[in-house]
Amino acid sequence: MNLISTFNKSIGNFFSSRPKFRYYLPQILTALGIVFIFAYFAYNAQVNMENRGIDFGLRFLGEEASFDIQFSLIEYSGASSYAKAYLVGLLNTILVACIGIFFATILGVIIGISRLSSNYLIAKVAEWYIEIFRNIPLLLQLFFWYFAALRALPLPKEAINFFDVAYLSVKGLYVPKFIWTNFSVFLYSIIAVIVAVVFIFKYAKKQQEQTGKQIPVFSISTSLIVLFPLLTFLIGGVSLTFEYPELKQLSQTIFNYIGGVAIIPELMALAAALSLYTATFIAECVRAGITGVGKGQKEAAASIGLTPGQILRLVVMPQALRIIIPPTTNQYLNLTKNSSLAAAIAYPDIVLVFAGTAMMQTGRAIEIVSITMLTYLSLSIVISIFMNWYNKKIAIKEK
Amino acid sequence: MYKYIKQSISLLAVFTVLFAFANEAMAAKKSKTLKNTQKKGWVRCGVSQGLPGFSNADASGNWTGVDVDVCRAVAAAVLGDANKVKFTPLSAKERFTALTSGEIDILSRNTTWTLSRDADIGLTFVGVNFYDGQGFMVRKNSGIKSTNDFKSGLSACVNIGTTTELNMRDFFTSKGISYEPVVFEKADEVVAAYDSGRCDTYTTDKSGLAAQRTKMQNPDDHIVLPETISKEPLGPVVRQGDSVWEDIVRWSLNVMIEAEEYGIDSQNASAMKTSENPQIKRLVGAEGELGAALGLDNDWSYNIITQVGNYGESYKRNIADTGILPDRGPNNLWTKGGILYVAPAR
Repeated sequence: MNLISTFNKSIGNFFSSRPKFRYYLPQILTALGIVFIFAYFAYNAQVNMENRGIDFGLRFLGEEASFDIQFSLIEYSGASSYAKAYLVGLLNTILVACIGIFFATILGVIIGISRLSSNYLIAKVAEWYIEIFRNIPLLLQLFFWYFAALRALPLPKEAINFFDVAYLSVKGLYVPKFIWTNFSVFLYSIIAVIVAVVFIFKYAKKQQEQTGKQIPVFSISTSLIVLFPLLTFLIGGVSLTFEYPELKQLSQTIFNYIGGVAIIPELMALAAALSLYTATFIAECVRAGITGVGKGQKEAAASIGLTPGQILRLVVMPQALRIIIPPTTNQYLNLTKNSSLAAAIAYPDIVLVFAGTAMMQTGRAIEIVSITMLTYLSLSIVISIFMNWYNKKIAIKEK
Repeated sequence: MYKYIKQSISLLAVFTVLFAFANEAMAAKKSKTLKNTQKKGWVRCGVSQGLPGFSNADASGNWTGVDVDVCRAVAAAVLGDANKVKFTPLSAKERFTALTSGEIDILSRNTTWTLSRDADIGLTFVGVNFYDGQGFMVRKNSGIKSTNDFKSGLSACVNIGTTTELNMRDFFTSKGISYEPVVFEKADEVVAAYDSGRCDTYTTDKSGLAAQRTKMQNPDDHIVLPETISKEPLGPVVRQGDSVWEDIVRWSLNVMIEAEEYGIDSQNASAMKTSENPQIKRLVGAEGELGAALGLDNDWSYNIITQVGNYGESYKRNIADTGILPDRGPNNLWTKGGILYVAPAR
C-alpha cells in the first residue's frame, strides 16, 4: 500500500513538474487512438475483402450501366456509364433538395409569423399545423402523400386539364416543353437586368441616406425585369415555341401523354412531404427569432411613425434573422439528408440509383457507399458554408 | 494530476479491449462455416421479406417455401434437425452484403444465377432449385394479349437490385420501345403502385408475378403475359472460399431432387433402408459413406428426406397446393419432361 502511494506520488511529481506534457499527453493519446481505430477498420476491411475474393477500385464507374432511369435532368440512357448514372442521381437529389428548401422556407416563414398573429383563428391553425406535421414520422408522411396522391389522381384519359396546356394524372403533371432559339441572348439579358437592379438598389439606398428621398425601387426594378428580356424577342432574335403534351392511346384502356415535360408524382410527393415537414421546424425558428427581438424595438419603431409592415421589414426582421439563420441552417441540412428517403417511393435520387441499382449490379458496396457518404457530406458542407457566409453578412457589424 | 493519468490509462484500456475483440473476430474468421454452424447450433439463412411459395412467414413467424426448405435441408444434414434454422429476411438490395459480410451463411432468396454475380462479388452459386423466367403482368381490360402489343410510353413498375431491371432494358431497347421504369425498394410498394394505376405493367420473375397476383385487390383483373423474356435460374448462394460448406449446401439440394427421382419421400424413407437398389440405400444412409465425404454423419441425407421431404413434396406443399403455379413446367424431373437433372449422389 505504502509502496503504491509512493509510486503514485512520484508519478504525480513527474507530471506536475511538466505541465505542458500533462496537457498534451491525453490529447496525443486520443488522436493516436482515433488514427489506430480507422487504420484498423481499413486494414480489417482490406483483409476480409481479400479473403472473399473481392477487389477494390473505382474502375467500374466507367463501365456501361445498362439500366434505365425514370427521370433525369441530363441526357441519359442505359448505354451510359455508372459515372453518368451517379450524376443523374446527384442532380435529382439536388433538385428535390432545392425545391424542398424553397417551399419549406416560404411556408415556414408564413406559418411562423402566423403563429404570432393576434388573430386567434390564424394563430391556432398555424399551431395545429406545426403540432401535427412535426410529430408524424417523415417516412409515413411520404407514403401518405405518395399513395394518397396515386389513389386520388385520375388515369391519363380523365386527366385534370389546365387550359389545354398542362395535364395532371396519376402518371404525373405534364407541362409544355419550352423550345428556345437564341436562348443565350435571353439568358444574358436576364443577367444584365439583375446586375442593373442591384445597382439601382445601391443607388437608391445611398440617395435615401444622403438626401432622405425615397425612390420607388420596387416598381422600377419589376418593370425592368419584365420589359428588358421581352425586348430580346423583338430585336434579339429570341423566339420560344412550345411542345404540348399529347394524349396517346397505347392499348384499349392504357393512355399516356407523350411529349412535353413530365413532372413525375414521385417528385411531387417527395417535395411536398419534405417541405411540409421541414416548414414546421423553420416556423418555430422564425417564431423564436421574432419573439427574441426586444419589445422596446417595436415600440420605438412605432413611435417614429413606421407602419406595421415597415416595422417588420426594417426593424424586427433584420434583428430576428440573426437568431433565425443558425437553426434554420440545420433544417436545410436535415431536409437535404432526409431526401434520401426518396428510395422508398421510387424517386430516382442518388440513394436509389447509385447506392441502390448500381450497387446491386456491380456488387461494389464499399466503394459506392463511401462515394455516397462523401457526396452527402459535400452537399451539407456547401449548404453550411453558404449559410455561414449569409449569417456573417447579416451579423451585427461593430464599428 | 492523477486525473490525467487515469484518463490516459482508461483510454489505453479501452483500446486494449477493442483490439482484443478484433483479434477474436479474426481468429473466428479463419475457421470454417461448418464448424461455426455446429458450434452455434443453428443454420443462418437469408430469405426474402415475403414471397408466397418461396419464403414467406405466417402470423406466428413460421417460415415456409421452397427456398426455406433448402435451408431446412442443410440444417437437417448438418445438425440433424430441420428446425434449427435462423431466418433473416433481406431485401434484394441487402442480400449479397449480408452474405459476404458473414451475417448469414446461406442465401436462399429467389436469387438469379448470373456470371457477374458468381464471378464478381465474392459469391458462389451452388445449384438451381427453381427454373424461372421474367414475365409481364397487365390489367386484363387493357386489351394487351402479348408483349407484341406494347407501345412506346408505357410505364413499368419493378423491384430494385434485381436482374429484372437489366432484362427489362434489354427487352424494351431491342424492341425499340421507350418506357418509364418506376423502381421501388420493396415488393409491397411495387404492387401497391401498380395496383393504383401508376404503372401499366408490372414485371418480375413469372413465379413472383403469380405469387403477387394472389395479393392484389382483385386477382382476376390481372393476367400474366405468355412471353418469357429471360432465363432466371434461381438457387442458393454461399460465400466464396469455403468449398466444404459449398459442397454441403449443393448436395443437400441435390439429395432432395434425387430422392424424388428414386421415389423416396418423407413417408417411405425408413422402409427404403431395406431396399434392393443400392443407390436408394445410399440415399437413405443404409449403405456407403457419403456423409463422411462431406464431413457429416452418414444419416445426413436420411434426415433431409424424412424431415424436409423430397423436392416434389416441397414443390407440392409450397407452390402447387397454394395455387401459385400448379403446373411444374420446367421444374419437373428430367424423366418427366422437366429439366431438373442433378449429378448422382454416390
